[in-house]
Amino acid sequence: MLEVSNLIINYGGIQAVRGISFEVPSGKICTLVGANGAGKSSTLRAITGLVKAKSGSVKLDGLELLGRKTEEIVRHKITLVPEGRHVFPDQTVLENLKIGAYLRKDDLEESIQRVYGLFPRLKERSWQQAGTLSGGEQQMLAVGRALMADPDVIMMDEPSLGLAPIVVQEIFDIIRKINEQGCTVLLVEQNANMALHIADYAYVMENGKITMQGTGHELLEDPKVKAAYLGTTGR
Amino acid sequence: MKKKKVKTRNLVLTLIVLALVIAYLAFLQANSMQHSYAITIVERSCIYAVAAVSMNLIIGFTGQFSLGTAGFMCIGAYVTGILTIPVDMRDQIYYLYGMAPWLHDVHLPLGVALIIAFALCAGIAYLIGWPILRLKSDYLAIATLGFSEIVRAVFGWDGLGPITNASYGVSNIPAFTSIFECVAICAVCIVIMGLLIHSSYGRAFKAIRDDDVAAEAMGINLFRTKELSFVISSAFAGVAGGLLAVFMRSAVTSTFTVALTYNILLMVVLGGIGSVSGSIIGAFLVTGSQEWLRFLDKEYYWSDLFKNLAGTAFGGMKVPLLRNGFRMVIFSILLMVVVLFWNHGITGSKEVTWDRFAAFFAGRKRKKTAQEAKK
Repeated sequence: MLEVSNLIINYGGIQAVRGISFEVPSGKICTLVGANGAGKSSTLRAITGLVKAKSGSVKLDGLELLGRKTEEIVRHKITLVPEGRHVFPDQTVLENLKIGAYLRKDDLEESIQRVYGLFPRLKERSWQQAGTLSGGEQQMLAVGRALMADPDVIMMDEPSLGLAPIVVQEIFDIIRKINEQGCTVLLVEQNANMALHIADYAYVMENGKITMQGTGHELLEDPKVKAAYLGTTGR
Repeated sequence: MKKKKVKTRNLVLTLIVLALVIAYLAFLQANSMQHSYAITIVERSCIYAVAAVSMNLIIGFTGQFSLGTAGFMCIGAYVTGILTIPVDMRDQIYYLYGMAPWLHDVHLPLGVALIIAFALCAGIAYLIGWPILRLKSDYLAIATLGFSEIVRAVFGWDGLGPITNASYGVSNIPAFTSIFECVAICAVCIVIMGLLIHSSYGRAFKAIRDDDVAAEAMGINLFRTKELSFVISSAFAGVAGGLLAVFMRSAVTSTFTVALTYNILLMVVLGGIGSVSGSIIGAFLVTGSQEWLRFLDKEYYWSDLFKNLAGTAFGGMKVPLLRNGFRMVIFSILLMVVVLFWNHGITGSKEVTWDRFAAFFAGRKRKKTAQEAKK
């Protein structure tokens, strides 16, 4: 279980995240939805140690993660799929996957086959440079690369960003599949509709605070969520 | 089955080329009197190749724009020089300052001296990397450039005269015993760097170069990985400096100016940023062409070129433009042309491999057959 409590993040004088608390139970899919600048990405970046939190606590199965270096956090089997994919464009698909397993010293073959099983298209393009892949394929590669670290918890920052609806559907199917294979998922999305549909539990973030929470379906039915994020009030 | 065939083909081709190179070197060595000019070009190219690959490691593979190469070469050159000059010549060389007594009788074989140069440069790079590698791009370039000049100033300082012989430099360094000694040491250095680049560390270097945000998210420690690359790169630059000192048989601070760094940067860019084989090709090409163009530096009369003009007024006139320095003008123009029309360098960021050769020729064949089919 990943527990975040009273997390505060400051950028200069601006408070981006104002003391939020939430939990991601093991084996579940949880999502943080909200508009631009709500502090969702900052939260994920603080959990992985990419930005420093001012105060609060992030515990993975009781172990405090805050204040540790990113490499240590990744070693504790929690990885981030960064926003905007960030694949290594000049390297092949296979090389990208191998970098994902940079901290592992054991044999990678099994993990590579697992990723290729989830994303057959990556297998076809194994020797292609990542920069030549389509947006959807790059997103798959970014997810596959994060899986190479063999994580217990995978955090995804806006996996649907800039992708065609059909590709988004494909990505979300894979997220569900990864979850069924035993990986806990923390999903950050602006595409609230998709995210709430697959989430076991969801939190709505506004201006650095969590303003609502509930199961995915509860929030889908909530009139305020509908008005603000789903745009379905008129119908 | 097919893969295996290709592999054996590649191995055989590599061995053939290796044998040819060794045979050529042996030929030069056996006739070293007639071919001393060719030997100097080969040795100089090899030494610059080590420097270029080391610079490519930090700039091309890790993406950190460090320009401290000449500084580390200077350190390496002095360390190697001081430790290898014959003991009985030292009083004569250090006649002005008198060599420091603790150093006077320390004489080491070339290999050991180079290892000490390697270690010292690695240590210094580790120390200055601590503050410097937090800088990015242009700022890093300025800081390393500054370091390089500081090194030059320190080695030329009177106060260090008993050790470095200050501005007089170290001379009478014993030369290479044969061309093989030089080429073999260079080859070992390049192979070690090549192995590093193809290890998982190399993958981390490239990850930082391509996208440091993603690299960090993958658990790559940005600072430590950059530091590793910088230390190794600087240490091999030191070895290259040591070899250059042995090649020139002297180490003087005026050799290791910023111009030397730019010259090596030129080889890296020309050969292909992010390609070991490109750097080697670049080193040979730049060194070689600077020599081949040397005829442009000579002044000629028209009668020298066309014998039947001898005695005429025209024959007594000088050929325009050809004079000392014109070589560098032409060289610079050639460079601009290459950079304009071939801006990824000769090899691009890929290595030169037999498979690439095969693909190149297969592509040509295919084009040819396609053209013939059209007819």
